Amino acid sequence: MTSVLYDVPGPKAKRIARIVSVIAVLLIAGILVGVVIALAVPRTTAAGQVVPGLFDPSRWDVFNDLVVWRSIGNGVLGTLRMAGIAALLAIVIGVLFSFARTASLAVIRIPSTVILEFFRGMPVLLMMLFILLVFSTGSYAAGILALGLYNGAIIGEILRAGIAALPRGQREGGLSIGLTPVSTRFLIEFPQAARNMLPIIIAQLVVLLKDTALAYILAYSELLYVATKTLPNFFGNRYLYSFFFVALLVYLSMNLSLSFIARLVAKRTGPGGSRVEPRIPRRGVHPEGDIDMSRVPDAGMGGGVGAAPPGH
Amino acid sequence: MDAVIEQFPRLLDGFTKTLALLGIAGAGALVFGTLVAGFRVSPIAPLRMFAAAFTELFRNIPLTLILFGFATLGPYLGARGGYFMLAAIGLTLYTTPFIAEAIRSGINGIPVGQAEAARSIGLGFGQVLGHVILPQAVRMVIPPIINVLIALTKNTSVAGGFFVVELFASSRNAINQRGDEVIAILLAVAAFYLVVTVTLGIIAGQVEKRVAVAR
Repeated sequence: MTSVLYDVPGPKAKRIARIVSVIAVLLIAGILVGVVIALAVPRTTAAGQVVPGLFDPSRWDVFNDLVVWRSIGNGVLGTLRMAGIAALLAIVIGVLFSFARTASLAVIRIPSTVILEFFRGMPVLLMMLFILLVFSTGSYAAGILALGLYNGAIIGEILRAGIAALPRGQREGGLSIGLTPVSTRFLIEFPQAARNMLPIIIAQLVVLLKDTALAYILAYSELLYVATKTLPNFFGNRYLYSFFFVALLVYLSMNLSLSFIARLVAKRTGPGGSRVEPRIPRRGVHPEGDIDMSRVPDAGMGGGVGAAPPGH
Repeated sequence: MDAVIEQFPRLLDGFTKTLALLGIAGAGALVFGTLVAGFRVSPIAPLRMFAAAFTELFRNIPLTLILFGFATLGPYLGARGGYFMLAAIGLTLYTTPFIAEAIRSGINGIPVGQAEAARSIGLGFGQVLGHVILPQAVRMVIPPIINVLIALTKNTSVAGGFFVVELFASSRNAINQRGDEVIAILLAVAAFYLVVTVTLGIIAGQVEKRVAVAR
């Protein structure tokens, strides 16, 4: 309960904290109750019809129908299928990018850097539209390719940062026992970097899972599309909000459980595990070759992060 | 290429909307993000819990769902201000937790001695945070915050799917007009986005060098 930011509360501070607590709880509860009431009250449309509130049973009875659940299941499958294939693609592309960007040949390094920055600087949605229209692939393939390319670029950057953060002795050791530079990278540096960066990579895969919802805009029948287009078309628009809330809950539970796994992995591979500690720079100081933590993509932000400044 | 020139006013129009979304949602998220980060480390337990729950909740809902919710439930609840404002609010809500987490990581990164010294000269929580910790923390996390803003720039494109004619939506309209030059139009739109994201990236690099706290 104590923090370095404030003293152990005395009687006066405790009283103030209690008062503020009560006010805060009342305020938060008030806002929540207000929203719930606003959603619950029946509405009169412009045509004079009375529409029941969102918690009225007539808006929820449709969930007795097994077909609804089967459709939602299909939507979840559509989301997971897209996310799964795109994730595999992203990891493959990420590994390729990380090798290309750290290549010693400038002919490989420079073009791959330019391509990577281009992929990172573009909205995934625009990339989806580009692939959809230019290669007329259909929304499913367009979604997979765009998500794979975009997240592949980000994972490539993560892996590159991981390689850069390894102690120099790792590479020197590999070279000194007679390995070629390429096999040093494959056998010595890459496995360690991948392991150190695993939590960040999984966090990026959570982003990928969230971003599959973008395919809704291109009318791919993933969870959101099924819940807000297919099902209301079939069962009637008055169920739209109910379907939407269910989709929201499903997304939340999927993402929260993946985030939980990411945290678990982070703990497992964290300090104490059998691994080589990356040299984390002291803040404000970025010796050359050190990992610049501020540039490691802020995993978790949907749509990922943008282009790093040139020269990086 | 002539299609790009022909459709340029339309794209420019969309670009202004994109910049407006970025400005409103970015400013909003910076303010609320700092507030939530402050809540997260405050001595008041309910505020801490609220901040944690808010962060976890909105970080794990896809932006598409948030904007869908605002675009459909907003009018249902009688919200005025149109789809643009609804999208701006949705983007603000989505971005706030990321700013808050960035600032919190900055707060956590300040050496313990700073807070201890501040407390030992008798400063209260608000003073410790406002005069000593946050000024250092914010400077330290400017690059990650700019990264969040870069992501926000790209995320504004999602609003194009929900009745806001920003850059992405106007590129779709432009393509509907000139289906013969899809590639040129889309590359022009990508260039618009890159102008913002690369500029922000360069600013991040410069600012980082300028304001780095030397220790």
